[in-house]
Amino acid sequence: MTALVTLRNVTKSYVRGKQKVEVLHGVDLSIETGEFLALMGPSGSGKTTLLNLVAGLDQPTSGEVLVAGDRIDQLSRGSLSDWRARHIGFIFQFYNLLPVLTAEANVEVPLLLTSLSKSERRRRVQLALELVGLADRARHKPNELSGGQQQRVAIARAIVSDPTLLVCDEPTGDLDRQNAEEIMNLLQALNRSQNKTIVMVTHDPKAAEYASRELHLDKGRLTNDARRAA
Amino acid sequence: MKYFGLVWAGLWRKKTRTVFTMISIVIAFLLFGLLQGINQGFGTAMANLDVDRLYVSARTSMTDGMPISYLSRIRSVPGVRAVSLWAYFGGYFQDARKPIPAFATDAVELFRVYKEIKIKPEYIEAMAKTRTGVLVGEALAAQYGWKIGDRIPIGTSIWTNKSGSNTWEFDIVGTFDASAYGAGFPSFYLNWSYFDEARQFGTGETHYYIVSVQDPKQAERVSRDIDALFANSSVETRTQTEYALAQSQLKQLGDINFIANAIVGAVLFTLLFLTANTMMQSVRERTSELAVLKTLGFSDTKVLVLVLTEALLLCLFAAGLGIAVAALVFESPALQKLFGDFSMPAIVATMGAGIAVLVAFVSGFPPAWRARQLNIVDALAGR
Repeated sequence: MTALVTLRNVTKSYVRGKQKVEVLHGVDLSIETGEFLALMGPSGSGKTTLLNLVAGLDQPTSGEVLVAGDRIDQLSRGSLSDWRARHIGFIFQFYNLLPVLTAEANVEVPLLLTSLSKSERRRRVQLALELVGLADRARHKPNELSGGQQQRVAIARAIVSDPTLLVCDEPTGDLDRQNAEEIMNLLQALNRSQNKTIVMVTHDPKAAEYASRELHLDKGRLTNDARRAA
Repeated sequence: MKYFGLVWAGLWRKKTRTVFTMISIVIAFLLFGLLQGINQGFGTAMANLDVDRLYVSARTSMTDGMPISYLSRIRSVPGVRAVSLWAYFGGYFQDARKPIPAFATDAVELFRVYKEIKIKPEYIEAMAKTRTGVLVGEALAAQYGWKIGDRIPIGTSIWTNKSGSNTWEFDIVGTFDASAYGAGFPSFYLNWSYFDEARQFGTGETHYYIVSVQDPKQAERVSRDIDALFANSSVETRTQTEYALAQSQLKQLGDINFIANAIVGAVLFTLLFLTANTMMQSVRERTSELAVLKTLGFSDTKVLVLVLTEALLLCLFAAGLGIAVAALVFESPALQKLFGDFSMPAIVATMGAGIAVLVAFVSGFPPAWRARQLNIVDALAGR
């Protein structure tokens, strides 16, 4: 196994008003290709901040962030955009689909940044929707879909460009138990059958059980790192 | 092009707001198209006016009569090629609310002065031989279904004939095509000599002498010479070029150019704020959506261009619609009657497109810049 994500002595601080708040304190972390990592911890522990750094949405105050061989802490804003388009698939708590677009158009959005032809984009969108079991809802707009279905569309959008890493921020946080289980089964299947590396922030211990590794953060420090047998 | 769906969908996020904004833009550019079209139309017509024609009228007023004896004196001025005359007849056919642009004239000379009028020589001859004859513009003849040989009663609110009637009977002896001079050109001519003999008052007078000069470069000098001839007489004259006359007549309507530009300027200025407000609201409401686009890999510049394109699409689409409706209005029978064979000049459409682009950029840039500067983490966190 090779490390897909490596964080070395990463700190992150924000200025809130006149106060400087350090959210992460010298975090070292290695995530291997094919791992399904659940990041857990109380509110304000720095989970989402860590996720944002791994996903290239934010830059560390100090330290190194290596993902897929790139020192993303050294990339400019513009280069980070390109890098995210190539390497990262995002799944949010509140789905964050574009309400004016149909399910298939939402899934197509990341592919607009590629040089793929229209027919190839359509083929991939169809494939991704089939993979999440929503091929028959392709022409529906988000407000015509249930929460679980919207999250499936969001997963299809996240995987359609075949990213190196899937990052999920509370993917079941807005769903009932049954839909949450379906989404977690889907993520687990993607991890196991497609060998997708997944980093997931969650409060839900049941959701974390689907992951192969559980990492706990408290007050900006890693406190517990547990691997689960497959 | 592949982003068109994304931009178009963004535009219709709030349908009602977009529709109302579009209606405002359509109306603004319809107004722009109509006013600028009329403005340009007048400008083009003025530019086409001949410089070798002069109009002599009484200095006191264009409606005051001048003695007919002036005709031979004007003809004797060096540099004068031909002189005809116009006397207002003020006619109407059957309905006094529908006036006919009727003038008494010397037809033979008239067609020497207005060289672009298309008329068969035999009609001019017939006019000279028929005292009660009239020559009628083709469009006017078609409008009332008149044909050569018809005897028609024409009423006038000004002139009573010697039989005590205000209705005069005329024989149509020919038609002519004066479209080269625009739809406003008088299209009903009766013989001045017959008119002068038959009217009860105003005998021996006319309202205009129309002078054709041999050399346009001499027009100024000929004007001065004509006015000098009648200086200190009981009826002094004022001689103007066709362009100056048209301008002075237009001035009576006000400064068309200024009014058109002022109205259009005010409308577009208001439109600027309206569109900017729509775009700003639209971007504010979509903060998290724009952050998602950036998360998915859309660069800052790409997001800026997407928002600007949305403003551009909104303005160009609606402006195009407004200008197209204005162009259609110009083709309507009512305006064709007013302006003659007149279409909206292409320059108006080009100007409209240019202004639409300008409005889009000025109103779209602040929200587009705001979208560009959006911090993903803050926007996703709702900060």
